[in-house]
Amino acid sequence: MGAPSRVPSSGPDSHGKEGVELTEYRKPIPKPTPETRDFWEGCKRGELRLQRCTVCGHVFFPPRGHCPKCAARSVESFTASGRAKLYSYIINHRPAPGFEQEAPYAIAVVQLEEGPRMMTNIVGCPQTPEALQLDMPLEVTFEPITDEISLPKFRPVDAR
Amino acid sequence: MKRKSVAIVGAAETTELGVIPHMSQIQLHADAALNALADCGLTPKDIDGLACAGASPVEVAWYLGITPTWVDGTAVGGCSFMMHVRHAAAAINEGLCSTVLITHGESGRSGIGRARFGFAPQSLQGQFEAPYGPFGPPTLFTLPVLRYMKEYGLTEEQLAMVAVVQREWASMNPRAMFRDPITVEDVLNSRMIAYPIRLLECCLVTDGGGALVLVSAERAKDFPTKPVYILGTGESVESPMISQMEDFTTSKAFRVSGKKAFEEAGITHDDVDHLMIYDAFAHLPIFGLEDLGFVGRGEAGAFIAEGNTRPGGKLPLNTNGGGLSYTHTGMYGMFALQESVRQLRGTAPAQVPNCRISVCHGVGGMFAASATIILTNEEP
Repeated sequence: MGAPSRVPSSGPDSHGKEGVELTEYRKPIPKPTPETRDFWEGCKRGELRLQRCTVCGHVFFPPRGHCPKCAARSVESFTASGRAKLYSYIINHRPAPGFEQEAPYAIAVVQLEEGPRMMTNIVGCPQTPEALQLDMPLEVTFEPITDEISLPKFRPVDAR
Repeated sequence: MKRKSVAIVGAAETTELGVIPHMSQIQLHADAALNALADCGLTPKDIDGLACAGASPVEVAWYLGITPTWVDGTAVGGCSFMMHVRHAAAAINEGLCSTVLITHGESGRSGIGRARFGFAPQSLQGQFEAPYGPFGPPTLFTLPVLRYMKEYGLTEEQLAMVAVVQREWASMNPRAMFRDPITVEDVLNSRMIAYPIRLLECCLVTDGGGALVLVSAERAKDFPTKPVYILGTGESVESPMISQMEDFTTSKAFRVSGKKAFEEAGITHDDVDHLMIYDAFAHLPIFGLEDLGFVGRGEAGAFIAEGNTRPGGKLPLNTNGGGLSYTHTGMYGMFALQESVRQLRGTAPAQVPNCRISVCHGVGGMFAASATIILTNEEP
């Protein structure tokens, strides 16, 4: 897991002085690789980037330098719709380090409209079996956790 | 794999099982190895092939004083030992070695001399799963359950019955860690771990180990133990991340591995007297029964709840009590193999009458890998 980083909870970083409170982000922080940098830069801009094979058209995730279906090295990335459905989840009563305040919280796998699935958290609704119905429509939202990384999370479509 | 060309002649677990804080992980490997060697009247000097997971074969070879001509360090989680059996059989048949030792030792509970579980932030898991708060297998392996329940109507009561039935088997086994009978209500009232999975639907966390000795079938008759022949084998892998598993209601690795093993063995499901399915969590036997083809899609929950796998049932399953009640060091596959061997030797605490063919099916990681070994006590 990554070393804890300090991110401003509000406003620009002013070294933790004069009214700007720094919150320690203690959860795991992704570190991009050359293959995944485009994805994480997209998240920072508020775009969910997926990849598509230019030979067979297969859409896939996580990012890589070739198509996992036909092995062609010719791939392009594009901005996905951000629409998804709730494929499955658990409600975690055994929080990972850094997540103690949130337990119990849902860890979900969502089915993106374009085909791939991804792990995420569901935000903007109670973390209960009643509120979290499989196949409910979701949309992406981005949670900045450092200056470089924003995590794609999903919220119910009707929960604005 | 040539049917019945290789046999297991030595099999043993660590002297103690459960909580062993006075022994490091590598010593657990050695304790199990020495017990298995004693079981078949050999010493480390007789071993020329070595396979293990959880430690490097270099470390185990040196620690035991073995100079191998063949090693296998396949480490894909709890089914690694099933894969070792498969690879060892091929190596013996190819003449790469003649006497193979397979070891498992894990200080899963006490954590003595054991590496920590975790993902580098640049790894795929570190980037695409860890940020969302999973905390070990109970929070990852369980993710498919709700999807399976919705697709097939599996109820929480049926899922709880998996733990209830396995406790019935464990109650007959003096070495099982949990032996007191439990009810569906006990399971449903146990602490929620990762909804919809409760504490009693999760495996134990223990210290222990086990080891096997394999030789050619021709040599097997020269040993003091009843030979257990390898009839069929299979293996496969799917995804390092549960979120990328193709279908949350069925394991591709299970299907590929199981099909291959049954084809090699040349048997049908009706020929099977005894079955072990690695049960890290209560849904594993359900996936296993269906993906191995013992029942149809969506039928396994009812099949177990109706008593078919309990003592006296038509398909005895996880007869040592399983990972849920017997023991679970972290890589439980070795213990499933040990129970298959005991059943075929006729020495199991909860012995299945007239047991001739046993299917032993393992999982590695969170549905990441799988291997299947079919064993028999019938001579070639």
